[in-house]
Amino acid sequence: MKKLINNPDRVVEEMIEGMVAAYPNRIRRLPGTTVLVRKDAPVQGKVGLVSGGGSGHEPSHAGYLGKGMLDAAVCGEVFTSPTPDQVYEAIKAVDSGKGVLLIIKNYTGDIMNFEMAAEMAEAEGIKVAKVVVNDDVAVENSTYTTGRRGIAGTVFVHKIAGAMAERGASLEEVEAAAKKVIENVRSMGMALTPCIVPAAGKPGFELGEKEMEIGMGIHGEPGIEKTEIRPADEIAQTLTDKILDDLKLGEKDKVAVMINGLGGTPLMELYIINRKVAEILKGKNIEVHDTFVGNFMTSLEMAGCSVTLLKLDEQLTELLDAESDAIAFKR
Amino acid sequence: MVLDVEKAARWIHRLNGKIQEQKQYLTDLDQAIGDGDHGINLARGFQEAANAISANSYQDLGALCKDVAMTLIGKVGGASGPLYGTAFMKLSMAWKGQKEIDREALAKGFKDALEGLKMRGKAQPGDKTMIDVWEPAVAYMAGEGPLNGEELASVAKEKMEGTKELEAKKGRAAYLGKRSIGHIDPGAASSYLLFSTLAEVIGEGESA
Repeated sequence: MKKLINNPDRVVEEMIEGMVAAYPNRIRRLPGTTVLVRKDAPVQGKVGLVSGGGSGHEPSHAGYLGKGMLDAAVCGEVFTSPTPDQVYEAIKAVDSGKGVLLIIKNYTGDIMNFEMAAEMAEAEGIKVAKVVVNDDVAVENSTYTTGRRGIAGTVFVHKIAGAMAERGASLEEVEAAAKKVIENVRSMGMALTPCIVPAAGKPGFELGEKEMEIGMGIHGEPGIEKTEIRPADEIAQTLTDKILDDLKLGEKDKVAVMINGLGGTPLMELYIINRKVAEILKGKNIEVHDTFVGNFMTSLEMAGCSVTLLKLDEQLTELLDAESDAIAFKR
Repeated sequence: MVLDVEKAARWIHRLNGKIQEQKQYLTDLDQAIGDGDHGINLARGFQEAANAISANSYQDLGALCKDVAMTLIGKVGGASGPLYGTAFMKLSMAWKGQKEIDREALAKGFKDALEGLKMRGKAQPGDKTMIDVWEPAVAYMAGEGPLNGEELASVAKEKMEGTKELEAKKGRAAYLGKRSIGHIDPGAASSYLLFSTLAEVIGEGESA
C-alpha cells in the first residue's frame, strides 16, 4: 500500500494534530480525546451541533466545524464508530444550556454509541435531541436491515441545521429543520476502486480492472450490482434515476445538487457527471437552485462518486443560502 | 448471599481470563460472519476492566460494576462496547450501594441489563445475537427452583450453540443473510463466557 502516512496505527491521531495545526484560530481539540470543536464553543445562546463517526471520510465531519455548521466533530478510528465517552465529552463541551443536537449517520455502531452518549449527557441534565440520516437509496431490505445508510446527504443536514442554530433557534426548531432535510434528501453512490484502511494494509474487497460497483457504501459495503464499467453519462443516469424514483419530484420543483467525490476521483470527472445530472434535471423541468461539486464525504482513496438531491422549499432554501464559515464549507 | 463484592471481582477476573484464552476463537467466529474484531476488542476492554477493578477496593457492587461499565464503554469499541457497557451500567444501577445481594436482586439486575441490551441493540431472541443467550439465562436466574451454577452454565452453553443454525437478523452478520447459518454468533459465545464464569463463582464458597 502506498500512502502518505507514518505509522498506520496513528493516522487518526496525526490527522487531528495536523488539522489543529492548520486551523488554530478556527478549531481546538478537547484534551485527551479525539473530539475537535469550534474554537469559541460553547457558543452562548445557541444550540450545539455534534456529529462525527469513523474517520476516513474527510472533510466529514471536522471540516464542517465553524459558524453556521457544526460545533463538535468526534473522530473515531478509520471506518469505526467513536465510543460513547468521546461523544459525551463533545456534548458537554458545546452545550451552552440551550441543548445539543446529535446528527448521526445510520450505521448500527454510530447509533448505539451516540445514543449511549446522549443518555449519559441527559443524566447530567443536558437536553439532547438526535436525528439519524439515512439518505442512501441504494440498498434497503425492508424486513431485516437497520435501514438505509447515511452518506453525503448528511452534509446538507449539517448546513441547514447549523444555519437554524446560528440564528438562535430552539432545540426543537433545529431538530425539526434537520428532520425536514432528512425527509427530502436522497443520495446514491458508486465505486471504481476499493480503498485501503491503513491498519488493514490491503483492500477490503476486489474490483476488477474493468469493473465498477453501483450503490457501494462509503466503507466499501456491498451495493446493488457489480458490473463492467460504463461511460459517465450512463452512470449518472443510473444514479439519478434511482434517486428520482424515490424522491418524488414534480415539474417546477427546486433542488440542490451535490456531486460528491469519494476521494480518489478527479474534479474533472465529477464535473462530467454533473453535466449529465444537470441535463437530466433540466429535461424534467426540475429547477436546480444550487450545485456543490467536490469531496464532501469521502472514503479514503476510493475512486467513485455519489449524487445527492435535496428537495427545497422556501425555508430550506433560505437556510441553505445562509452564511457559513466552516473549514470546508464557506458561503 | 449469592454475590458480594469479592465474588464479583473474582467473576470479572475469571471472565477476563477466559476472554484472553479464547481471544482467537472469538475473533475467528467474527471473521466468519462479522468484521473480525470481537475477540480483539473484548480482550482489550476486559483487560482494562480487570486492571481498573484491581486498582480499587470496593464496598459497593454498584460501584464495581460501574467501573467495569465505564472501562468497557471507552475501551472495547465497535458494537460490543456500548452493548456490554450498557449491561454493566444497568447492573451497577440495580446494585447501587449494596455490598452483597441475594438471588432476587441478582435476577433483577440481570433483567434490567437484558432490557438495556434490547433497547441498545434492538435485537430480539431469534436474531442470532447475544440476546439468544441472555434471555434464557436471565429467565433461568429469575425462575422458580434453586439457582444452580452448573445449570445456569449449561443453559447458556446450549443457547450459544443454538445460534449456529439461526440466520442473522442484526449486526454485520445480517448483511450475509443465509450465509450466516452454520456459524455460532460471536456475541453469543462471549455471553456464554460471561454466564459460565458467573455460574462458577456463584457455585464457589467464600473467598479462598
